[in-house]
Amino acid sequence: MDHPAWFLIPALVVLVVFFFVPTIFNFVYSFTNWSSFHADIRFVGLSNFATLFTTGTLVNDLRTTLVYAVLVAVFQNVGGLVLALVLERDTRINRFARVAFFVPVVMSALAVGYIFQAMLKPTGALNQILGAFAGHTVNIAWLGSTTWTIVVVALIHGWKWMGLSMLIYLAGLKTINEDIIEAARIDGANWWATFRSIRFPLLAPAVTFNVATSLLGSMNGFDIVQATTSGGPGGTTELLNIFIFRTFGQGLFAQATTMSLTLFLMVGILAFPVIYLLRRRERVL
Amino acid sequence: MSDPLVRALGRQKVHPLRAIQPTVAILLVVILLGIPFWLVFVTASKDQAEALNPSISLPTHWQLFQNFATVLNQGRMVPAFFGSLLIMVPSVFGVLLLGAMASWILGRRKGKAVAFLYALGISGIVLPPAVVTIVLLLREIGLAGTPQGMIGVYMGMYMSTVIFFVTGFIRTIPVELEEAARVDGASPVSVFFRIILPLLGPTLATATILICLYIWNDVFYALFVIGGRLDTLPLNLYQVASAGLYLQNWHLIFAYIILMSLPLLITFTLLQRRIISGITSGAVK
Repeated sequence: MDHPAWFLIPALVVLVVFFFVPTIFNFVYSFTNWSSFHADIRFVGLSNFATLFTTGTLVNDLRTTLVYAVLVAVFQNVGGLVLALVLERDTRINRFARVAFFVPVVMSALAVGYIFQAMLKPTGALNQILGAFAGHTVNIAWLGSTTWTIVVVALIHGWKWMGLSMLIYLAGLKTINEDIIEAARIDGANWWATFRSIRFPLLAPAVTFNVATSLLGSMNGFDIVQATTSGGPGGTTELLNIFIFRTFGQGLFAQATTMSLTLFLMVGILAFPVIYLLRRRERVL
Repeated sequence: MSDPLVRALGRQKVHPLRAIQPTVAILLVVILLGIPFWLVFVTASKDQAEALNPSISLPTHWQLFQNFATVLNQGRMVPAFFGSLLIMVPSVFGVLLLGAMASWILGRRKGKAVAFLYALGISGIVLPPAVVTIVLLLREIGLAGTPQGMIGVYMGMYMSTVIFFVTGFIRTIPVELEEAARVDGASPVSVFFRIILPLLGPTLATATILICLYIWNDVFYALFVIGGRLDTLPLNLYQVASAGLYLQNWHLIFAYIILMSLPLLITFTLLQRRIISGITSGAVK
């Protein structure tokens, strides 16, 4: 044979052992009482799901994760697209700005979280700057609101990754044929009309990639939220991964596994329609 | 006046959007990036009392390098740096080699079984790893808390990314190249290592950058697998920032963040063109 099948084996072994077997274990140990408090592991049926459901954690964390993912997708993509449009022309300032906006992408998300914790403390840098403009002391608890903190944290996540979206939108804008834009301009279309009816629709593949990766990726988020709020205030920013980490640390392994399975199912169920819908939009155009 | 733009400005009426664009670009950089990074820099240069409430004011007494020295000597940053390298280098090398080998077969062979294996192979791009049961599995095979276990977990997580990138590229390489070598008597193994692998250079470079970025900055999976047993830079930062002793030491946290980000930032600045074109080429096709 020209392409020996044994070449597949090492990669498959790694995938099976370190990815698929743990995933299958997820479906098993969610139904047990595995914890650091029992010596043996017994099947307990749906009791983990029942506990998480009756305490409200399951619904709260699922909703928080979904809201967070949608907000991150919006902020990261709007930010990335605006940056791409502003920095589109190839000037020296723009080239510098593009590189600068990629720096947060390269940094550790945990570090980004700590930086913004210092920015957003009630006595932190942002309130001091706002106070200087307002002329009096500003004491907004940016990370202390049970309603708005999730938006703030999603903004930080969007800030960290918008440089990546920007690059992909810039690459998408470059693939658009100049002649089409020129023709539209001659017909009297202004910048906004050209963007809305020609350039944005032609960006569809970049939109697909950016929306899918930001939406599905931020469902798996942890670092930024852990570094800024650790899930608080009052559990309003508790993503599934925050719960998994906290519960695992308490030795409640089966409950952590149950949430891990929930995350797996949610991403799995959402991945296919999200990618399908975005692809179909591409084809219509 | 040698700048062509300046000469053009003199001759024709410039669109108002275009005239204010450089100002907008600079303002965006200053407000969105300048303020947070300035905060990191000045806070890392202050003493403990002054850094207690992080602000953008200048330190009365600069001690950036003294803080660097404190972090390097008192913390466990140097072992953590080598811990990060010890995990990242074998993971990236292993996942690229095994992934490329598998991709060659998946890209060349036809049939339902191969299509199924390919779908399975790339499913990890969206699906989240089962982080809790990975720990259980590692305990059962005796790799819990070991670098080997962490390397295996990272290889399992990023195998899908490599297979996805490389299989797509292999399909664009003409199969005649391989056939010519086969006629000359080369074995399939030497066809792969002498002909295919060298052609994969640019694709593997892109994958290397992305995977290095993820592994170098990962804290979530590391907390589960090697937390408390082996230090990496993000794990160490997490411990430093969560420990009561350091909680109010923003100057040391930020000095740590600067030192920790330097290796990736320097690599990125040196290779920016290649990194940017590599990342964007895969996304917008």
